[in-house]
Amino acid sequence: MSRGAEAAERRSAVPFWRDERVLKLLGQILFITLVILVAAWMLSNYRKRGLTFSFGFLDEEASFDLAEGLPFSPTDSYARAFLIGVVNTLRVAGLGIVFATLLGLIAGIARLSGNWLVNRIASVYIEIIRNTPLLVQLFFLYFAVILNLPGLQEAIMLSGPIYLSNRGFAFPALRPTSSFGSWWPFLVAALIGALVLLILRRRTVPSTGRPAFNLLWVGVPLIAFPAIGWQFMRGQPLILDPPELVTMSGGVMRIEGGTIFSPEFMALLLGLVIYTGAFIAEVVRAGIQAVDKGQTEAARAQGFTQGQILRLIVLPQALRVIIPPLISQYLNLTKNSSLALGIGFLDLYAVSSTMLNQSGRVVEVFLMIMASYLSMSLTISMIMNIVNRRIQIVER
Amino acid sequence: MAVQPEVLKPPLTEVGLLGWLKKNLFSTWYNALLTIFSGIFIYGVLRAVITWVVRDARWTVITTNFRVFMIGRYPPEEAWRVLVSLGIVVLLVILTWMSRKTKDNPMQRWLVISWLISIPLIGILLRGFSGERSFLPLVSEDIWSGLLLTLVLAIVGIVASFPLGVLLALGRRSKLPIIKVLSTAYIETIRGVPLISVLFMSQLMLPLFLPPEIRLGTVMRALTGMTLFSAAYTAENVRGGLAAIPRGQYEAARAVGLNEALVMVLIVLPQALRAVIPAIVGQFISLFKDTTLVVIVGLLDVLGIAKAVTGQREFIGLHKEVYAFAAVLFFICCFTMSTASRRLEQTLGVGER
Repeated sequence: MSRGAEAAERRSAVPFWRDERVLKLLGQILFITLVILVAAWMLSNYRKRGLTFSFGFLDEEASFDLAEGLPFSPTDSYARAFLIGVVNTLRVAGLGIVFATLLGLIAGIARLSGNWLVNRIASVYIEIIRNTPLLVQLFFLYFAVILNLPGLQEAIMLSGPIYLSNRGFAFPALRPTSSFGSWWPFLVAALIGALVLLILRRRTVPSTGRPAFNLLWVGVPLIAFPAIGWQFMRGQPLILDPPELVTMSGGVMRIEGGTIFSPEFMALLLGLVIYTGAFIAEVVRAGIQAVDKGQTEAARAQGFTQGQILRLIVLPQALRVIIPPLISQYLNLTKNSSLALGIGFLDLYAVSSTMLNQSGRVVEVFLMIMASYLSMSLTISMIMNIVNRRIQIVER
Repeated sequence: MAVQPEVLKPPLTEVGLLGWLKKNLFSTWYNALLTIFSGIFIYGVLRAVITWVVRDARWTVITTNFRVFMIGRYPPEEAWRVLVSLGIVVLLVILTWMSRKTKDNPMQRWLVISWLISIPLIGILLRGFSGERSFLPLVSEDIWSGLLLTLVLAIVGIVASFPLGVLLALGRRSKLPIIKVLSTAYIETIRGVPLISVLFMSQLMLPLFLPPEIRLGTVMRALTGMTLFSAAYTAENVRGGLAAIPRGQYEAARAVGLNEALVMVLIVLPQALRAVIPAIVGQFISLFKDTTLVVIVGLLDVLGIAKAVTGQREFIGLHKEVYAFAAVLFFICCFTMSTASRRLEQTLGVGER
């Protein structure tokens, strides 16, 4: 029988309304028509209100002020306002991720400590933080703690000079001077030197079989190159700019110089770090517990110290379990930074909502918000997935 | 006569209180150091907290506003309706909790049915009917506030998101490309953006896309947002449950002659949904905490009430008391639920089969 006849016979055997392939295709077509119809209905409602869709407003004058982050004046455009919001979000999310990881690592290890008191402190911290909403914590931190700090007149002065008051947290800043331009090549040289040494060090054991040199040697070019460069410069390429309390006319005080974290920034950063830290601690604990007990026992039998066991045996293996859930905690932290709106920190979200109220461009602004968060999420997961792959390869 | 060997008692420093102390607190010199430092830390924190709670805090702000915290602007003369609803829920929770170990099917079936009935019943009881001489006067959901609103948002959010979530999960695992792509796109978009942006969208954007005749109140809009958001997470949980069902189940059901839809409804979903109960409880807890975000869109849940209370003139500057109270309230609810769900996980024996 020819192929055509065979197919014809099969077709005749099953009527098309019971043919699974036809049904599946029809089902999908029906579904997508339904989706398109609903979308069209919604769009027509949108049009009926006389609304249009355009991103032209981005070039218009924003005519509001932003007191946080990069310099901004009311005559700047909406686009620049949005950019400042994005930068502020990145700043708080970046710092937050670093500090939350540190806090989480410490708390997670403490949670497994053999010391009963340390263990209790860590678990009380984790339980309290995980079982209360982040926004309540942020409100508490901002309204009850940070705004209740002493005013500038009696600011808490730590050595350094570092000022802590209800106007924010001020600490010395490093500022480049005119000679920085001819000094930075030395910094690049230092980084390259350190990188070369690191690569050499990693290759020592596989190629020669002898133990590698001490890690401290990598620090030598890092310190030596910039120091040599410093000698050749006229004047200092970097100066330390400490904050200073200045009394203005009329007894009003303000802080000049240095870097200042605004109270809102402090509250948000602190809140995010404490909150995410507790979740990361649980991730770390689960990761460490996933490492076979035999590994620890074998290491101890070979005479490793407690610290060495943790650093050389347990953590590298635990890392493989830790990294995937850690990624989602980083993503959560970034998304949670949008709660800034509740305490008045001008992040991407808060700036957008001002833009939205002023321009009335609801849909456009929302698309921009979504695109920003989605691209941040994608970037974080991409970076962490690369890290993850590198770590997983070690597995035998 | 055989000499009875002398039984030596273990040294005093190895057993009892001393032994415990030595093992857990002073095993090495750095552990001893850690113990001393943590001891000082705990003493300092506890002393500060206790003196504040007992002496310095002005709890009158909580006691005078207690009703407001619980039911907010719900009319006081109608408060019994909230209490009755709470009673129904508590009764059902207790019955469910007691019957979790029984294999008595009719009992459990009745429980499921009464849960299903109670939710709309409570909705009607709380909202009442419009009309002049109504037996239950109308209390519009737009004036529901306080803990009542928090609970309503969380419960409706999780219950209403469930069917949508199951559909999305099935869609994501479907072999039909269009349905799969659309479901995946929805789930990943929602999971990639913060809840607050979804809430704002439902507040501001939703009305623009609906015909002017349909007017949703702010609470209804917040509920829509919550549901749409929560559905994406439910879908991921359910998908996890579906993935855990062995292939043999599908194949056996197909071999018996069930078509694909029946395989799903009769064989796979019942097993998968049972396996995801703990994950759903976890999701409920985080949704319960996330309801606080409605403050930012101007609703008065517990936190919104707290913020409003600190704005009153006679209670100005009492942020610590008010927010500490809100935190304790949430802590009690969430901690109880997470402990209960851990128990539930053990009795369900999920992951053991």
